[in-house]
Amino acid sequence: MALAKITSVTGRAVPVVGNDIDTDRIIPARFMKCVTFDGLGEFLFNDVRKDPKTGAITDHPLNQARYQGATILLSGANFGCGSSREHAPQAIQKYGFKAVIAESYAEIFFGNSTTLGMPCVTAAREDIAKIAAAVDANPQAEVTIDLVKLEVRFAEQTVKITQRESARDALVNGRWDAIGELLDGIPAVKETARKLPYLATA
Amino acid sequence: MPSPQSLFEKVWTAHTVKKLANGQTQLLIGTHLIHEVTSPQAFGMLRDLGLPVLMPHRTFATVDHIIPTNELVEPYKDSLAQAMMDEVRKNCAQFGITFFDRATGKQGIVHIVGPEQGITQPGTTIACGDSHTSTHGAFGAIAFGIGTSQVRDVLATQTMALGPLKVRRIEVNGRLRPGVYAKDVILHIIRQLGVNGGTGYAYEYAGSTFDGFTMEERMTVCNMSIEGGARVGYVNPDETTFAYLKGRPYSPTGPAWDAAVARWKSFASDPGAKYDDVVKIDAASIAPTVTWGINPGQGISIVENIPSPETATSADDKAGIIEALAYMKLPAGAPIKGTKIDVAFLGSCTNGRLSDFREVAKYLKGRKVAAGVKAIAVPGSQIVALQCEKEGIDKILSAAGFEWRAAGCSMCLAMNPDKLVGEQLCASSSNRNFKGRQGSPTGRTILMSPVMVAAAAVTGTVADAREVFTVN
Repeated sequence: MALAKITSVTGRAVPVVGNDIDTDRIIPARFMKCVTFDGLGEFLFNDVRKDPKTGAITDHPLNQARYQGATILLSGANFGCGSSREHAPQAIQKYGFKAVIAESYAEIFFGNSTTLGMPCVTAAREDIAKIAAAVDANPQAEVTIDLVKLEVRFAEQTVKITQRESARDALVNGRWDAIGELLDGIPAVKETARKLPYLATA
Repeated sequence: MPSPQSLFEKVWTAHTVKKLANGQTQLLIGTHLIHEVTSPQAFGMLRDLGLPVLMPHRTFATVDHIIPTNELVEPYKDSLAQAMMDEVRKNCAQFGITFFDRATGKQGIVHIVGPEQGITQPGTTIACGDSHTSTHGAFGAIAFGIGTSQVRDVLATQTMALGPLKVRRIEVNGRLRPGVYAKDVILHIIRQLGVNGGTGYAYEYAGSTFDGFTMEERMTVCNMSIEGGARVGYVNPDETTFAYLKGRPYSPTGPAWDAAVARWKSFASDPGAKYDDVVKIDAASIAPTVTWGINPGQGISIVENIPSPETATSADDKAGIIEALAYMKLPAGAPIKGTKIDVAFLGSCTNGRLSDFREVAKYLKGRKVAAGVKAIAVPGSQIVALQCEKEGIDKILSAAGFEWRAAGCSMCLAMNPDKLVGEQLCASSSNRNFKGRQGSPTGRTILMSPVMVAAAAVTGTVADAREVFTVN
């Protein structure tokens, strides 16, 4: 299984501001009654994109004409907190996003996103504000996340980003989905299991 | 002599298969629990890749999220729910996985079924496609909530790729005051440390308060570790743990039992183990706690007032308060006590166990749910339900005006027909008060202990159970 080496992501960005944006907000549980991930993109941020009372389209950034086609999501601290549902990063990816820039991430969401080959990079709040201001001024502005140089370039500016080294390594070297490597380890898995009585005797 | 280690380090080392190229660890997952929402796609991936399940006897399935609690006969009215039910059944049959279906009498919320069956054991690694998997840490297991791609990984290889966690020891010492429960302890901890304070950490809960806790109390606390950002939470195994496990269906028996207990003891953190952080809390400082906002860290004691933007400690805090109050439609600075409620929900993987219902029944006997309040009680498993029925708890709750339901996750996340309607406000014994969590995009949740839910149900308002039920 050859995976793409994800060394950079370039595209337009859309700011979805706020801290602690949880997985129920990203994809409400009632849309998880499904046995595949297909079609989840349509319901991304559903309950803030549609007025719950009238069903009318709100002015949420994802609804704004100027941000259509954006592939980089900007947000705040503790993005993706709450449930372990992979439906959340799946919905973001299936909507068309290729990467997220936020101040920080909830642990499980971060891991799930990396496994899908969707980089989640971390930037300082003031730097995210700079990117947001640039795309607000010109939504067509091209934003590049460079995972090799660990920087974001946009509108003739550059800001520093960070990413956990294990995730960055996996993305840039095309091993973000670990299944191949895990399968290779099966003989060693069996060996480890033999040393654990609760697995050896079962 | 090896240097003293924490339980986390010992379990991690014992289950390490190898180092992966990116520096993560291939970690053996001894026990895998699955449910209907996050597993079907994983089986789909296995089929796409043409892979078998490596150790089918180490995966256990049940249904909990979508299952209706007032409809026992299939096909369910909701065809999507039925389709998910059928999918689990098909996958378990095809891959040879034990399935605790309703017909077995052992179905229930996955985090209640595992301990009840004795599948959850000390010194083991456990994973489940559900963030509340941390519950199993109450037994001294290292238990991870995982995404669906990792469910696939565990099915195919009985392992997953993971980086190590830091360990924060949270010591709670002393006696809880009357009317204060394990739920209040964890709501208090999250309030103190924040909803992302635990990111990157495993929480080791310790101290005399935890030593004195029952297994069910320990489970309530470990369950909500993730609400504090910690992926893993655990309590070191002790005699309480072993007594709970003795005689369970999957517990070792005979000479194997004694060997297992000796091994389990060896996994407990050593005296002198090093921690990345230590937090100490005085049990007596914890009051009955309720949330007022839209995340579990936005909590106050029942006698405090709802925060106002003016009292914010930072610009972030201020923005958080404004957003939460606007959503919750609560008046800044007013007492939380007296807030009118519409719905009372007893249940969930946090507080849907026998001891929760016993405690509530003690106080609801001879009481009535206030007019206009919809009250439902949902046992966490069929076994919990049966025991409650044997003890007459169902009758006490029904007489009080609670609907006594069948086992499932129910209104904790409202994937079944149990949902809030419009802006209804729910006094809930569950674990999340996120916007829209309980099934209505504008529905509102106040988290609290089961006894506090009972007090809210009978008064029709957020109330201090200590006053309502004269607890002292």
